[in-house]
Amino acid sequence: MEETGILDELVRRFPGDVLEASSELGDAAAVIRKDALLEVMQFLKEKPYEFAMLLDLTCVDYPERAERFEMVYHLFSLSTNKRLRIKLSVPENAAGVDSLVRFWKNADWLEREVFDMFGIRFEGHPNLQRLFMNEAFEGHPLRKDYPLRKRQPMVPLRK
Amino acid sequence: MGLRPMPGNFITTRLNAMLGWGRKYSLFHYPYVTACCGMEYMSAACAHFDIDRFGAGWTRFSPRQSDLLLVVGTISQKQAPVLRTVYDQMTEPKWVIAFGACAVSGGIYDNYAVVQGVDQVIPVDVFIPGCPPRPEMVLDALLKLQDKIQKSKQDWRWKRQGS
Repeated sequence: MEETGILDELVRRFPGDVLEASSELGDAAAVIRKDALLEVMQFLKEKPYEFAMLLDLTCVDYPERAERFEMVYHLFSLSTNKRLRIKLSVPENAAGVDSLVRFWKNADWLEREVFDMFGIRFEGHPNLQRLFMNEAFEGHPLRKDYPLRKRQPMVPLRK
Repeated sequence: MGLRPMPGNFITTRLNAMLGWGRKYSLFHYPYVTACCGMEYMSAACAHFDIDRFGAGWTRFSPRQSDLLLVVGTISQKQAPVLRTVYDQMTEPKWVIAFGACAVSGGIYDNYAVVQGVDQVIPVDVFIPGCPPRPEMVLDALLKLQDKIQKSKQDWRWKRQGS
């Protein structure tokens, strides 16, 4: 697969930081250490790979894992027409993940969404507030331990 | 010979019935459209199914000028205060139709974000189930509402309450 070129390069440049690299059906994915995020992303954004687009940034909650949350970043390179997925594990009580707003402007709202839904804190984010839920909302609704039918109405309900 | 009009051309009725007749055929509706049911509302309101045949053709985009609130679509918890304000702004007498499964019960959205039926926030007169409801169901609901208006005790604002 041609995408393995990027993965090989990542493993070569960041030997201790890339924990896992795999490519299935043309989907290149790499699991990296949390602390290496900024370096890896900077390398990917610059030439020659030029991943100019952050297609998506999201989070998954795996309650059974020791490091409960997994951040997932989807990158796309317009100049090379390549896609790459970067993942990293985040423990529940971790200090936070480095914000990518400095590299991609759209990370601003995406990170706010992840903060709102999962409670992940992003270090260096310019305005880390809830994006969807109201300010008085308690908890983070996409965490698996958020009660399924817990409601937090903003007006008193009639019944 | 047949019937002759009574001299002077008058009809007899009761004030309550006359008010109901007047009100049920002059509904000004306010569409509170938030989701895909809005397409079905447009179809019901515009020329294909033509809600105007039943005297509810005037769409008003100010709650102060309308007396029928159509809640069309999903109402999130964040939107509930807005819906409540719109309802409070409408002048009496006023009626509410919950249009579609989401407005009726929250529909498929049984989660943290969605109000489980707008009757938790405002009183509702007629519920239209369906995802989305057919325009015929909307017209049927309108007829049911008209029936309800005709049969209800009319509010006389010029009459002192309680006397």
